[in-house]
Amino acid sequence: MMRKLFDIIAGNAVPAVFILISAFAIPLSGYSATYLVQELLTRIGRNSFLILSLLIPIMAGMGLNFGMVLGAMAGQIGLLFIYDWGVVGLPGMILACLIGTPIAIVLGFFCGAVLNRAKGREMVTSYILGFFINGVYQMFVLYLMGWVIPITNPTLLLSRGYGVRNAVSLVGIRGVLDNLIPTIIAGTDSAKQFININGAGTFIAVHVPYLNGAIRIPLGTLIVIGLFCLFIVWFRKTKLGQDMRAIGQNQAVADSAGIAVNRTRIIAIVISTVLACYGQIIYLQNMGTLNTYNSHDQAGMFSIAALLIGGASVSRASIANVFVGVILFHLMFIVAPMAGKNLVGEAQIGEYFRVFVSYGIIAIALVLHAWKRNREREAARRSLRGNKGGE
Amino acid sequence: MLLQLEHIGKEFYGNRVLADISFGIEPGEIIGLVGENGAGKSTLLNILFGMPVISSTGGYEGEIQLDGHRVHFTSPNQALEAGIGMVHQEFSLIPGFTATENILLNREVLNGSSMSYVFSDRVSTLNREAMRQRASDAIHTLGVNISPDMVVSEMPVGYKQFIEIAREIDRKNTRLLFLDEPTAVLTEQEAEILLIALQKLARQGIAIVFISHRLSEVKTLCSRIIVLRDGRLITDSPAETLTTREIASLMVGRESTRKEEVPEISDAPVETGSVDDTLNAAPKKKKKPKPALKVEHLWVDMPGETVRDVSFEVKKGEIFGIGGLAGHGKLGIPNGIMGLYPAGGKVRLFGRRLTLNKPRAALGRKMAFVSEDRRGVGLLLDEPLDWNITFTAMQTQGRFLLGIPFIFQMRNEHAMAKETKKFIESLGIKCTGPKQKAGELSGGNQQKVCLAKAFVLRPDILLICEPTRGIDIGAKTLVLDTLREYNKEHGTTIIITSSELEELRSVCDRVAIVDKGEIAGILPASSPAEEFGMLMMGEKMRVALAATE
Repeated sequence: MMRKLFDIIAGNAVPAVFILISAFAIPLSGYSATYLVQELLTRIGRNSFLILSLLIPIMAGMGLNFGMVLGAMAGQIGLLFIYDWGVVGLPGMILACLIGTPIAIVLGFFCGAVLNRAKGREMVTSYILGFFINGVYQMFVLYLMGWVIPITNPTLLLSRGYGVRNAVSLVGIRGVLDNLIPTIIAGTDSAKQFININGAGTFIAVHVPYLNGAIRIPLGTLIVIGLFCLFIVWFRKTKLGQDMRAIGQNQAVADSAGIAVNRTRIIAIVISTVLACYGQIIYLQNMGTLNTYNSHDQAGMFSIAALLIGGASVSRASIANVFVGVILFHLMFIVAPMAGKNLVGEAQIGEYFRVFVSYGIIAIALVLHAWKRNREREAARRSLRGNKGGE
Repeated sequence: MLLQLEHIGKEFYGNRVLADISFGIEPGEIIGLVGENGAGKSTLLNILFGMPVISSTGGYEGEIQLDGHRVHFTSPNQALEAGIGMVHQEFSLIPGFTATENILLNREVLNGSSMSYVFSDRVSTLNREAMRQRASDAIHTLGVNISPDMVVSEMPVGYKQFIEIAREIDRKNTRLLFLDEPTAVLTEQEAEILLIALQKLARQGIAIVFISHRLSEVKTLCSRIIVLRDGRLITDSPAETLTTREIASLMVGRESTRKEEVPEISDAPVETGSVDDTLNAAPKKKKKPKPALKVEHLWVDMPGETVRDVSFEVKKGEIFGIGGLAGHGKLGIPNGIMGLYPAGGKVRLFGRRLTLNKPRAALGRKMAFVSEDRRGVGLLLDEPLDWNITFTAMQTQGRFLLGIPFIFQMRNEHAMAKETKKFIESLGIKCTGPKQKAGELSGGNQQKVCLAKAFVLRPDILLICEPTRGIDIGAKTLVLDTLREYNKEHGTTIIITSSELEELRSVCDRVAIVDKGEIAGILPASSPAEEFGMLMMGEKMRVALAATE
């Protein structure tokens, strides 16, 4: 009984710690519930898609796909092109996805082929691969664009005439998906206020009594994320999904049963990369600015940290882990700086916490994973021995 | 005739492993295929299933007929499609999957989907209900009661074996089933259920080839027994005409009527004389030896060589042999004692307890170890001979070093070269000198380097695994002679682990046979070969043991 309890806590140690930290930090920050909910909803819309793209490689036993950065870069290239061509709004976003998809497929295929040669070391390989492709991406964006690849819009380019500027404003597609179906939830009075300011008729407003203030719902993005979740649920039921689960658990057995192991692993990475490409586009339409040389950098790290905080492990992750993770991770991001400021008069402590926590949590998750595997091996050893001759 | 083999033969690089094997199998027949390790069983299976290892080494001789038509499989999948199934010794099941998912692995029942026209069948969803039905049908055919929804990792070992077989049965066209040691991991009751299930299958017309070392099972289950030895078919006769004792002696190649005390090694005639000398003189037995090594309830988790519960004593100055079939744990014993794999239990060295799981502790107690993995564990292949030979002594005993310990030390190249030269001479290591790289030597000479490395430690107890594996006959004799001489000169206790029984019987004073991770019996080396054979085959002949001592 005690052992079972211990197992449950040990299995969910990471989310438990975060819930505990948040429970202290929320009152300290002094933020209102409405504000927190608004912030969280925005961030769920912004990040969930990227994090969901990690699920399929985990299912195929390839661990956390640090290679999703490749997809993010593909998405950014799509965004740069639509900026140049001046395509705005939803069509612009869709066009960016269309441009990004083939690039992501090629990169994903490459990544998958490399990972097939590094079985058992997928995570570190894909991490380093991210750096390598980052170099290629920088060459593409910094030298080739505007020189070999024609760029017509001079505001996109550095003053020297080629290479893309560091900060690109995505005002053309900013929030298009978030505001596709404009919706607010508001207390009765607040809704009137809100409509007075923003004009009536353009919003679907849901009135909630006792709610103080108004919350904007990024309904369009949430619907897309919902569809993605349905996709994953469906995917798990397909033959391909079943094959991936089999490979994830034992490659040798799957291979001897005639499943094309390497091919399936490549498919898993390609799907993940393409989805990461869309995820990055959704992320950036919410942010509204593209940091050409940095935006993709942290995409992998923060997504993986969020997933792990949600209670996922290197070998198991569910949709629930994604949402628990994104909520807990960002809740801490929101409240930690303010809590830090109120506590020690230093907002920087929150920022420090954010970086420290995301790297630290990945390290802890990897250690926990190794520890758990050791324990499983120990248990297997006990059963090998039978009941005799042990000490 | 369902399957007919005609004059099957196979050579690996000029080394003949199979010669002129011919036999046939009728539908619904159960055939027992028995033979020692290396008798050619696995090669025969590899040929039948078209394993790539066969075609990449020049194919095979003779021909295989299925239903009277000549077949030549080039991949295991072709054999499966032709209706020949195989149940492996190791489980090939996915632990986190249910019985259903495992039985129908990669043969899942799919729902039709319009998507599958655009992409492939792989995007169709699984029809769980139909899959469950098919799985439970297959399980019921076996006459056992296992829930199709049970997860494999939670099953007792016996169930897993049934799931493996159910998987083959579910293939609708399976007509011939090969089972490689299916009862090795089962309890007696489970084995009994399995045998009944197999008989039931045979009545439905499925032919079965049952490969096992458990001779009593082979005898009860099979209608015909085929014995292979050294790549040749020795017997093909109805089961009722043979006793288990006869089968055992056919397998090891000694007639039960021939009462020879001293075995001869056919391919090493030099050996015979010296064996006689050692055994007749039996000098160690007069010394009133005390136990040098006492092992109690040892377990070792060495992959593929699990030791479950082993207890034995080795007298001082004795040469003690550990034999048994591959995979039953004989290699695990020395590796576990030396701390190379996780181990537990009690090991006493001259009465004092030895710390397990620490190679350094074992080496510190003046034990030396020659690993069976010569190129992996035994040698630093890219380093010169003198390094290889003196390395362990340098690390654990601080010899061959100049300078002040803990402060500044360097190698004493002169002493290293001198010691190495001494061994090159005394062991006759063929090399260009102490500076030649170990990787450049032949297998036999490498083995001598390994021995030298152990001798340098001046051990009280020497543990040697597979001393003659992969070396030619001349070198074999030399290595064994060296061991014998070393034992005589220094009175060193030597424990030899080997899969070659004859070798053990020629060198050792006593030989323990390991079976299923436990000691089946310990016999004097002079006991007849068939007694050892019986122990290996799982007939726990405590009676025989009592009789000979």
